[in-house]
Order: sequence, then C-alpha cells, then structure tokens
Amino acid sequence: MIEWIAQHIVAKYNFWIAIVIMLTGLYATIAKGNLLKKLIGLTIFQTSIFLFYISLSDVGTLAGLGLHYGTAPIVWEEGIHKGYMYVNPLPHVLMLTGIVVSAATTAVGLALVVRLYEEYGTLEEERIMEKEMEIERRGT
Amino acid sequence: MSTEKRIQERDVVIQTIAKLMIPFIQLYGLYVMVGTEGAGGGFQGGTVLAASFILLVVAFGVDKGRMKMPEGWNAVFKSLGLYLYAGVGGLLCIIFSLGKAEYLNYCAIPLAKIIGGPATRGFWVGNIVEVGIGVTVMAAFVSIFYDLVRKEEKKEAKE
Amino acid sequence: MLPIEQFPVLVVAISLLSALTILLAGWINKKSCFFISLATITFQFILSIFILHHVLTVGTIHYWLGGWRPPWGIEYVVDALNAYVLIIILFLSLLAAIYSKRSVEHEIDEKKLVTFYTLFQLLVTGLAGVVVTGDLFNMYVLLEVCSLAAYALIAVAGGRALKASYNYLVMGAIGVCFYLLGIAFLYSVTGTLNMGDMRLLLPALYGNKGVQLAFVFMFIGLGIKAAFFPLHTWQPDAYTYAPSAITVIISTAMAKASIYALIRIIFSVFTVDFITLFAPIADIISWVAAIAMIFGSILAIAQFNLKRMLAYSSIANIGYIMLGVGLSTSTTLGLTPALMHILNHALMKGCLFMAACGFIYKADLRDIRDLVGLARRMPYTCFAFLLAALSMIGFPPSVGFVTKLYLIFAALDAGKYIFIAVIFFSTLLMIVYFWHVIEIMYIRVEEGGEKEISVTEVPRSMFIPGLVLAFLCFIVGIIWLIGTPMPLMDAINSGLGLGVVP
Repeated sequence: MIEWIAQHIVAKYNFWIAIVIMLTGLYATIAKGNLLKKLIGLTIFQTSIFLFYISLSDVGTLAGLGLHYGTAPIVWEEGIHKGYMYVNPLPHVLMLTGIVVSAATTAVGLALVVRLYEEYGTLEEERIMEKEMEIERRGT
Repeated sequence: MSTEKRIQERDVVIQTIAKLMIPFIQLYGLYVMVGTEGAGGGFQGGTVLAASFILLVVAFGVDKGRMKMPEGWNAVFKSLGLYLYAGVGGLLCIIFSLGKAEYLNYCAIPLAKIIGGPATRGFWVGNIVEVGIGVTVMAAFVSIFYDLVRKEEKKEAKE
Repeated sequence: MLPIEQFPVLVVAISLLSALTILLAGWINKKSCFFISLATITFQFILSIFILHHVLTVGTIHYWLGGWRPPWGIEYVVDALNAYVLIIILFLSLLAAIYSKRSVEHEIDEKKLVTFYTLFQLLVTGLAGVVVTGDLFNMYVLLEVCSLAAYALIAVAGGRALKASYNYLVMGAIGVCFYLLGIAFLYSVTGTLNMGDMRLLLPALYGNKGVQLAFVFMFIGLGIKAAFFPLHTWQPDAYTYAPSAITVIISTAMAKASIYALIRIIFSVFTVDFITLFAPIADIISWVAAIAMIFGSILAIAQFNLKRMLAYSSIANIGYIMLGVGLSTSTTLGLTPALMHILNHALMKGCLFMAACGFIYKADLRDIRDLVGLARRMPYTCFAFLLAALSMIGFPPSVGFVTKLYLIFAALDAGKYIFIAVIFFSTLLMIVYFWHVIEIMYIRVEEGGEKEISVTEVPRSMFIPGLVLAFLCFIVGIIWLIGTPMPLMDAINSGLGLGVVP
C-alpha cells in the first residue's frame, strides 16, 4: 500500500498537482457567475496544462534518491560524469509559445470584460442576461 | 487639470529613480534580445523594453511618455518588426537563394563574402530576426498600455 | 526545389506580412486597407490553385521550414485533402472580403476600420496556416491565431456581440486547451510532434490508455471549435451578432478549417484502424451527428431571427458532415460525402448569410416576419437566397441534393438504413423553415400595403458575391454529378486509407 502510494502519488506529485489545478480552473470557468472570475479560471486551467508539459519533460534520474528529476539542459562536464540526466528542453520551449498564446487570450478576454462592463455596468452573468432580455423586449 | 500641475503632483523620488533606471532597463532589454550567444530572447527582451516605456509613463505622466514614444510610432514599429522577422528572416531567404532554400533558412542569405560560414551567417541573421520580434512585442505592449490610458483619460474628461 | 513547392509557406507568410502592412497603410490612407487585403487574398487564392494542381499532378508537397528535417523541425505538408480545403477557405475568404467593403463602412466606426482589416487578414492567415501545417503544435498556435482574431472581430460589432464573443472565447479557449492536453499525452508516449511521424509511431501504442485519452481530448477540443452538436452552445450567438462580413467568413471558412483539423486528427494522426479497433467511435459520431441534424433543424424552425435560424441550420449541417465522417469507415465511398458537404455547405451557407446580412444592411430587417414582400424590392438578393435555400433543401441538381444523395448511398452501402430516415426527416424539417422564409418573401402579400418600406437593392459589391455563390450551388452540383472531381476525392480517400471495406 505504502509502496503504491510512493510510486503513484509521491513520485508523480507534480502530475497530481496539475490535475488538481486543472479541475479547479475548469470548475471556476463553468460554475462562477462573474465574467472576470471565469476568465481567472480559464487562466488557471491553461497554467495547469503548462505544468503538465513541464512535468512531462523531466525524464532524468538523480542517482541515490528515489525521486526522479533531471538537471537543466546545459552541457556540463561534471554532471555527465556523475550520471545526471538533463530534462527534455522541447516541452519548455513549447510552453514558452503556450504562455504567449495564453497571455494573448487573456488579454483579449480582459478587453472584452472591460467593454462588457462599460456596456452593462455589471459583470454578473445573470444580470447581463436580464439586461439583454430587456433590450430584446424593447427592440421588438 | 493642466499638464504642469499633473507633473508637479508626481513623486520626486519615483521620478529620479525612474530617470536612473530606464537607461539600464533598456540596455538590459537589448542585451536579452541580442547580447547572448544563442537564439531566442526576442520576446523577453521586447517585454523588458516595453516595461521601460511603461515605467516612463508611470513616473512622468502620459504627455511626457507620448513625447518620447508617440502613439503613431507603435504601428510603424509593429510593422517594422514583422518585416524584419518575416521579410528579412523568411522571404529574403527564398528570394536570394533563387527558391532553392526554405523559408526561415537563415544560412541561405548570400553574405558569405562579408560574414563567413553558414553557422555565423545564420547567427547574425537570427539576431536581426530577434530584434524584429523584440520591436514588435515592445510596440504591442506599449500600445496596449496607451489604449488603457486613453480609456481612463476619456473617463476623466466625462466626469 | 521547384518554385511551386515554396507556395505553402508563401500562402501563410505573405498574408502575415500583409496584415501589418495594412496597419501601416491605414495610418496613411484608410481606404487602402480594403484593397491591400483583397489583393492579398486574391494572390493567396491563385497560389492555392497552383498548389492543388501540383498536388494532383506531381504529388504531396513536403516543406521543411528552415531546412530542418521533419521530426525536429516544423513541416508543412500539403496533400490532396489540404489543397482541397485550402481552396475552399481562400475562395470564401475572398468573397467575404469583397462583401466586407460596403457592409463594414456601414456597420463599423471609421476609426476601427484599419484594425478591422488587420484582424481580418490575421484571421485568413490563421485559417490558411491551420490547413497547410503538418505539425501538431504548430496547428495549435495557428488555431489560436485565427480564433483570437475571430473573437476580436465578432466583438467589433458591440452591444450583444460582446457577450457572444466572450462566450466563444471561453469555450474556444477550453477547446484549444483540451487539444493541447491531447498533444501532451501523445508527445509523452511518442516524443514527436510531426503528424506523419506520429502516424508511423502510434500503431504500436494503440492499446495505451494515454493514447486513447489523447484521442478523446483532441476530439472534444476540436469538436468545440467546429460546433459539433452537444458542444455548439457558443455558435448561435456568435453567428447572430457578429458583423456581416465576419458572419460570412466564420460560418464558412472558419467552421470548415475546424472540421478539417478534426478530420486530419481522426484519420491522419490516428488511423482508421484505431477508430475501428481500439476506440470504436464511428458509430457514436454517426448517432450524435444524426441527433445534431434533427436538433439543429427543430431549433431553426423555432427561431424568428433570420441569422439565428441560419446559425442553427449550420449546426444541422455540421451534423451532415460528421455523419459522413462517421459512416466513412464502413463504406467504399469513404469520406467523399463529408468532403463534398464541406464545399457544399460553405457555398450554401455563405450565400444565405450574405443575403441575410444584406437585409440587415438595407433596412435593418432581422426578423423573418418583417420580410413580407421583400422579393419585389430586393430581387437579386432574394433570388440568391431562394437559390441557396432550394439548394439547402436538396432540389436537384443542386449541391444540397448531391450531398444527400451520396450520404444515402453511403448509408445504404454501410447497411445503416436508419440514417436514411434521419436524412429524410431532417430534409423535411429544412423544407419547413426555409419554405417559411421563402413564402413570406415571395408569396405573402402585405396587409393593407401601408407598411411600404422604401428599400432598394443592396450595393453591387454585396449582392454579386451572393449571386456568384448561388449559381455555384447549382453549377458545382452538376459538376459533382458528372463526376469531374472524383479523382481528387479518391486521392484523398486513398491517402487516408479509406474507401476500402475489409
């Protein structure tokens, strides 16, 4: 039992954290009524995916310890002799792009939130829907 | 509220420190962009440069900021950066190599007489491309900041 | 390297350069923005024709960006499927650009004109990029490029479009993140991001839970982008409140690019073997598509807003395409019906939305009930609408008829007769809602005649693209029936390993 926990939870703790963060973000995106909070949830969700990728890149082992982790992907004579392995740099690079994209999405979302606030004077989804219905009724 | 009055209200400490810091921030931004031996850093360097302009606006007010970095320039910088990136880095590779090399294949630019080996050539053209990315990112961030400022100004004018 | 092999990258790069040239040119002269955009898209369209010709005569184009070999570098691959979808997307972008000239002047603040065209060009860049790329992560980036441009462009209309755009942003971002998560799983087991490489490496790993999970994530993520039935909730609002030209481009080109990405992932990264043996999803897709066809049509009947009605009709039509995808594994026709409907639906829906936005442009007529007797005042627009609506219903020899015919063939071939009933029932529902509009427009006489609106025809640049599409609905239908493009379809099917039933 303890072995199982050590193998699946302790050794892979960053994946578990990524999953928890992901579900937190998804919950906030779905359940919150405030548009800004939804956007925060979305950002948390995206961040968890970055964490997931970064965790994937760690393929190295550090001799002597039970936990697995690699060193920075820099050629380092001493490290090679000691048997260290470096992490895979590609997921890091991918996530640099991912962060830029996520920042752009958040920026567009925030701009929309600002415009929505100017338009309706509130950020609560229900109130906005009420006001939209009102406009609809007046329109027809 | 007049411009002078607004400037007077600002903190002297912040202004002095900003005056001292901004050149170094910009130098650091340029260093991150092209100073290191290797590819990458355009985006980060551009962000640092944009931060220096934002610090300028925060410390000295929008009017001084607009004097140093007019809003119209943002569009020029954005396009210029992209031309450096996609034009110099990409299309020229295709054109100069008479269609023999690929897009973004920096070694293909025929500067062998001036610079030398393909790796060095790729490195130098890569640096130009980094500058392009940095300039675009800087202009984009500064223009986002100006847009927010303009919104606030409008609100003040209404009140 | 032949000059023509540079074209896949030029389609994307020139469009990107042009986007920011518009920003610069708009600073000097606002009028020039439209012309630069139009010229660029025309140029891209011509390039795409050359690409298709090259692909059909010589073979697949592999383009290594920066000269890096595929598993390491980004690769652009254009085979028959890409080239076919690229032409559709650029043709409809071109018509939408022509259409945008007058409608944008009417709807959008002059100050925003420059930004509008910059974003429009970026949208086209993203769409073209999604289609030509052969790299999973690159596809994610380009999907985000076109999505971000689309969110902003929808919001340009202001008012209720803001909320629609916000919903689209949240749904779209979640969808794309699911796709990204799928890539993470695939990368963790294969260590590559290239589609062709992935296709070679995956078969040994099909039993892996991670790979199956990746498929589910990618399917759902791209399903959201494509507005496949239970994931469509962002779509009606976004189509209804977007500016006219944007409605046209996102309902045709963008929806098709997302569907293309979905087909590419299902059949090209994963293979037919995977979806028949390891994740038996074909039947599920067919059934959900059947529900979408009926659900979309029923909701369309319930709408009074013309654009919203067409948006729900789009959901039904995405159902048609996905039914073709679902049936493709068990028929010798393969993906042919689905691919046909990608083109056919783009033609029909483009025309219908152009007409519907034309009514809004001239007289702010959004409600179907206000269209009484409009055919006498706007004859060309209404005629285009009539032709496209007839085509949608399936009047022979229109494109809608061809799709339905081939879908019925496919269902017969697969021995799944229930879907024939679904197609007939959905057609019946389509007749109800389109006939309702046509009856009001052409036949119903105004009560008393005092509600005389002095409406005339929309400007020429707005009704000619619609008419072109309306006539193409019938011309392309005849071309399909003659069977001229069948070699192309066969090339696509054989490329994806379809069309052969074990």
